[in-house]
Amino acid sequence: ASASAKDGVTVRRFPAAPTEGGRLAGVRKIMILGAGPIVIGQACEFDYSGTQACKALAEEGYEVVLVNSNPATIMTDPDLAHRTYIGPMTPPLVERIIAAERPDALLPTMGGQTALNLAVSLADSGALDRLGVRLIGASLPAIRAAEDRQLFKQAMDRIGLKTPPSGIGTTLEECISIAEDIGEFPLIVRPAFTLGGTGGGIAYNRAEFEDICRAGLAASHTQQVLVEKSLLGWKEYELEVMRDMADNVVIICSIENIDPMGVHTGDSITVAPAQTLTDKEYQRLRDYSVAIIREIGVECGGSNVQFAVNPADGEVMVIEMNPRVSRSSALASKATGFPIAKMAAKLSVGYTLDQIPNDITKKTPASFEPSIDYVVTKIPRFAFEKFPGSEPVLTTQMKSVGEAMALGRTFQESFQKAVRSLETGFAGWGCAPIKELDWDWEKLKYSLRVPNPDRIHAIYAAFKKGMRIQDIHEISFIDKWFLTELKELVDVEQFLISRGLDQLSKDDFYQVKRRGFSDTQIAFATSSSETDVRLRRLALEVAPTYKRVDTCAAEFEANTPYMYSSYEYECESVPTNKKKVLILGGGPNRIGQGIEFDYCCCHASFALREAGYETIMMNSNPETVSTDYDTSDRLYFEPLTVEDVTNVIDLERPDGIIVQFGGQTPLKLALPIQQYLEDKKLVSASGTGLVKIWGTSPDSIDAAEDRKRFNAILEELGIEQPKGGIARSESDALSIASEVGYPVVVRPSYVLGGRAMEIVYNDEKLIKYLATAVQVDPERPVLVDKYLIDAIEIDVDALADSVGNVVIGGIMEHIEQAGIHSGDSACSLPTRTVSAKCLDIIRSWTTKLAKRLNVCGLMNCQYAITTSGEVFLLEANPRASRTVPFVSKAIGHPLAKYASLVMSGVTLPELGYTQEVVPKHVSVKEAVLPFEKFQGCDILLGPEMRSTGEVMGIDYEFSGAFAKAQIAAGQKLPLNGTVFLSLNDLTKRHLAEIGRGFRELGFNIIATSGTAKVLQLEGIPVEPVLKIHEGRPNARDMLKNGQIQVMVITSSGDALDSKDGLQLRRLALAYKVPIITTVDGARATIDAIKSLKNKSIETLALQDYFQTTDASQNLQAAQSAS
Amino acid sequence: AAKAVSGVQSGTVVDDGVQRPWKLSDARLVLEDGSVWKAKSFGASGTQVGEVVFNTSLTGYQEILTDPSYAGQFVLMTNPHIGNTGVNPDDEESNRCFLAGLIIRNLSICTSNWRCTETLEEYLMKRNIMGIYDVDTRAITRRLREDGSLIGVLSTDQSRTDDELLEMAKNWKIVGVDLISGVTCDAPYEWSDKTDSEWEFKKGQSTESFHVVAYDFGIKHNILRRLTSYGCKITVVPANWPASEVLNLKPDGVFFSNGPGDPAAVPYAVKTVQEIIGKVPVFGICMGHQLIGQALGGKTFKMKFGHHGGNHPVCDLRSGRVDISAQNHNYAVDPESLPEGVKVTHINLNDNSCAGLQYPKMKLLSLQYHPESSPGPHDSDLAFGEFIEMMKNNRL
Repeated sequence: ASASAKDGVTVRRFPAAPTEGGRLAGVRKIMILGAGPIVIGQACEFDYSGTQACKALAEEGYEVVLVNSNPATIMTDPDLAHRTYIGPMTPPLVERIIAAERPDALLPTMGGQTALNLAVSLADSGALDRLGVRLIGASLPAIRAAEDRQLFKQAMDRIGLKTPPSGIGTTLEECISIAEDIGEFPLIVRPAFTLGGTGGGIAYNRAEFEDICRAGLAASHTQQVLVEKSLLGWKEYELEVMRDMADNVVIICSIENIDPMGVHTGDSITVAPAQTLTDKEYQRLRDYSVAIIREIGVECGGSNVQFAVNPADGEVMVIEMNPRVSRSSALASKATGFPIAKMAAKLSVGYTLDQIPNDITKKTPASFEPSIDYVVTKIPRFAFEKFPGSEPVLTTQMKSVGEAMALGRTFQESFQKAVRSLETGFAGWGCAPIKELDWDWEKLKYSLRVPNPDRIHAIYAAFKKGMRIQDIHEISFIDKWFLTELKELVDVEQFLISRGLDQLSKDDFYQVKRRGFSDTQIAFATSSSETDVRLRRLALEVAPTYKRVDTCAAEFEANTPYMYSSYEYECESVPTNKKKVLILGGGPNRIGQGIEFDYCCCHASFALREAGYETIMMNSNPETVSTDYDTSDRLYFEPLTVEDVTNVIDLERPDGIIVQFGGQTPLKLALPIQQYLEDKKLVSASGTGLVKIWGTSPDSIDAAEDRKRFNAILEELGIEQPKGGIARSESDALSIASEVGYPVVVRPSYVLGGRAMEIVYNDEKLIKYLATAVQVDPERPVLVDKYLIDAIEIDVDALADSVGNVVIGGIMEHIEQAGIHSGDSACSLPTRTVSAKCLDIIRSWTTKLAKRLNVCGLMNCQYAITTSGEVFLLEANPRASRTVPFVSKAIGHPLAKYASLVMSGVTLPELGYTQEVVPKHVSVKEAVLPFEKFQGCDILLGPEMRSTGEVMGIDYEFSGAFAKAQIAAGQKLPLNGTVFLSLNDLTKRHLAEIGRGFRELGFNIIATSGTAKVLQLEGIPVEPVLKIHEGRPNARDMLKNGQIQVMVITSSGDALDSKDGLQLRRLALAYKVPIITTVDGARATIDAIKSLKNKSIETLALQDYFQTTDASQNLQAAQSAS
Repeated sequence: AAKAVSGVQSGTVVDDGVQRPWKLSDARLVLEDGSVWKAKSFGASGTQVGEVVFNTSLTGYQEILTDPSYAGQFVLMTNPHIGNTGVNPDDEESNRCFLAGLIIRNLSICTSNWRCTETLEEYLMKRNIMGIYDVDTRAITRRLREDGSLIGVLSTDQSRTDDELLEMAKNWKIVGVDLISGVTCDAPYEWSDKTDSEWEFKKGQSTESFHVVAYDFGIKHNILRRLTSYGCKITVVPANWPASEVLNLKPDGVFFSNGPGDPAAVPYAVKTVQEIIGKVPVFGICMGHQLIGQALGGKTFKMKFGHHGGNHPVCDLRSGRVDISAQNHNYAVDPESLPEGVKVTHINLNDNSCAGLQYPKMKLLSLQYHPESSPGPHDSDLAFGEFIEMMKNNRL
């Protein structure tokens, strides 16, 4: 077995094809469950894991059936699985798919909690047994033992491990008695079987405790909550564990949370590897992790174990374990280079770890524990500002919407890079003005004590104000090791402030850059400009080196160019002279910029790689497929800032740079990069020309975004837009409003994504908006536009090539009326009520505009069609939009792939894509909103986007597709019962139609007085009900008693509504009663219920809707042509 | 003749008249390939020569510092942050630091651990060990990976030229040098400490007691603790202790420990092993394993850069089980050279090198790696149980 070990390393031979190890007896076809829509606590990390699983199993020769309702995922691309079901993921519907497909096995560990819960339901109902499907990856008893709090505690007791004193309650009374047994607050409440800790929290007093328990019991899949002693101030650690069927166990990564216990790990700033454990302490956690995965009985795959450690004496308590791949395992995979999900998929079909080669070294086996020679920091990104009424406080319930990760050789370097990767206006940690709030000692102490998104900046303010490490530690419980490291950064800043830029020596520069300071930070501290710093730095020959992530701390050669920057001696990047393209990703997920953009970036990489380009990806988001080192030829895991991007450009000198796929993040970099390239005239490494930005020019992008330039273009082309103007003062705004007439849409001109956008109906509201929501001054003008009442909104994605061909990708009709943010609105492709005449106008305007702007690549336009049939252009964005993946799946053409090829110079005729495809089937997209996580905020839709994800329903009829989308989005559409109607004055004229619709479906109607009166006048039977303030029994009582099955509420927005109405809407959310807040939503819902009553839901695979071969053949032909 | 200087722990450092929150380079590492690495010193100062090896363990620098097997070597830790948890009295693997020096990327500016009693810098200063930081440790590691272990000279002495230091490196030899005589104990002693109950991970109590004589070629305390936890009473003897005297004690088993350097440089130890094997059950770890290999007539050879880390997969060929193991060796036994009947029981899966031997006829077990871990995973702890079983069966 050991022939020639003398050279130190011998090449191991690994089985190329499935061996007996990689073959499960009798298994040919495997179903993989995806995670469904992106929600808080379950984001695109499950697209990353699911995509890896699909690829790994297909590679092994298995037939893969995929179920996932989320069209924005890479995993639902039709060529990743043999059969792809994009649609609702309820147990009965998935059972139907199983009955049709008859898979031999089901892999439930790749799709987060959604997949795990679904698998448990399918097993419980006997469906899996009936249809002869075996669970692989995790057995039912193992899932239960890990997920059921009581069973988990018992299991820990059996192996002698401590868990925090606690009890399980299934009723409020039980919870209260457990609290009395434990004897002291604070107490932590954790519901069982929920993701991201929905419904959980920390209670500091009895009243708060009861509130949280009630919410937790409602949220739990099993009506169970765990009440446990709070370990406030203990340190938190996580270990990622893998086990194979031969019982070999390895630890992939240890993670230390900077935020101590009490903050959900998804909301915590975390660091890998653990920094403050000695070997004895680390090995103890390792032993425990191994014992836990064995005791719980996860037979193979990855798990995540969380521990609390008392910093005073090292006492360890086990917090929880997840018997599946998780957000942490995605992070650990990116942090170490060990692809946990891919390995887990292989282990699930019987491979053992030593039979699989290490993906990066290729020569050593996967049965090892990665060693890393750098530090990884992950920082979550939050969106509290979008949910007024909710408190920006971090608890055990996850609230972050995204995260950034950064690698550096030291903690300081990785931490600073992570802070600037977040794109929240900070160029690093420190070297920035202190927030006004933090000048107040008491407020500052509060920000240090109570975990919140800005706590790290409060620490900076505290140091600047002279607070000592010990004091900050005592208030925040953050480990002194981290605080001391941060304090040194403040000292370095102080040093920079005391020196001028030209006084910094080469060595000084190295020392500062090695601590992660960006040029922008150095500029701030030395009162100079970023450009000055860059020039001075480069003059001193201080440039970053790039180190590789290789799983083994350089012990073995790495074949995979996965890199991060650091200011070191040796650069390992070794760029090639190939024809190559740099794709800039989207950075951390946020509301309005998420997985859809990552999908586009990945597609660009896939298509251009296929077309013979070396593809280079640059991104900072660990959850994504784009940062899988398998996706592109080369990966730079780096912040997306001008400094970091130009550093990579200097090094790689790519032929092209793609900025239009990653959302706003790379678009904002387009102009500075363009400027840089024009100044520098860099010759590309391939020697075929200058380095340039591909696709639509940054100038055209600017023309579309600059209101003045854009207006001129529209006038020239004869394209109509709603009347409006730019206000630089309150009086400006009022005069524009009076000129165009109320209602008007107002929004600041300097932010995007609908942030702070509002519809106002009178002067009073407008003045209030200008006074409270935004600043208005000559520097920050506000846009005031006519709001088109009841207009239909249309979304168009179009594709244009460099020679002026324009083809429409898809025209989508929104379900909700114009004024609801397109990201939050459901939409249908093809359109269903728009006249041919209007469609023609839309097509012609879109084409004209794309030509005029010289678009090369994708463009998205939004139109409004008024009730009288007039068409107005609302917005045009010459870039990939959020709807690209949805449209691509709906029409069966990969638009982002086409767009990237078009940018490389291929024409649309060469691609064979010359005509708009209007499919015979109907696709409906529905948004998924996170209101449950934000206590206290209203749930009404508006011009500001707040959805986190989307689902898709496909059918041959609109009503069926809409019903599927609703079910997939988690709406439990009732087939009968009682509907509660309450419409405001603006929408009352639609009341009769909606009332009749529900009556025809056999629903009883209840309504509050005003609404009831109108219905009675129309002769529609209705039972009046009291509003909350009118006395009892009222609508709230009926809701609680289960007497209401569905609600239609259009809000009046007055003072009463924002109290009573809000309370009722939150209550409906808590009781999971479907609530519809728009007239068009109500109409579509009536259609959907009708469809559900008349026929059963058909489940068809995406592949059944298309002759997918045509499209992919075209693509191949085009790629070989280019 | 090293003298203590202040390093980073003192806070702001004044150099060339400017206050900086870091100190300026004051040390060099010169490698035999001619490369010169500027760095900052901590611990002792002076000039020191040694063989540079890298260790990929993420934890356990204190155990590594006190592991006598590193005598004559500079240990480069690939984990960039070292010193974070300081030093404590419980994590010592011997009573001294035998290594030539410590090379790290980043020296922690503070400590954070409930067991910490001293900073790493103070500790090294007291023990007169040189350390350097702020050097591209990954670049050096890649060099060692490509070229094999290199001799280096570490110096804070500004008066010596790079060439002088290079000359020193080129003239220094580690192959063929007996390093064991410098680390072994002076006289026999008894050992009775078990693994502390706080850290014990083995289930169940040992009921039977065995007397084991352990040859100290540079033995790690945790080997003694693990054997004691398994029920052994141990007499530790120096490396040159005569085999006859050991056999006179009529021990249940004899243990050959880990130790530094080249097994071919200690023929006396090979002879001792030869005199003992076959007569009582024996167990060897690391150097002990290599000496057993030689005693059986096999050959040892120097590996390119050896194995130093806590993440090496070892396959027990008898069961197919894979353990993650702690490893620290530059030499290995060539299994082809071993006589008929000797079974290779374990291989290192990274390179298929021999990681364990068994020779039932001679009642002999040996492992190339470290089942006692410290630092490292506990996966292979059962190897001690196997030794116990062997002694138990020998009693019957």
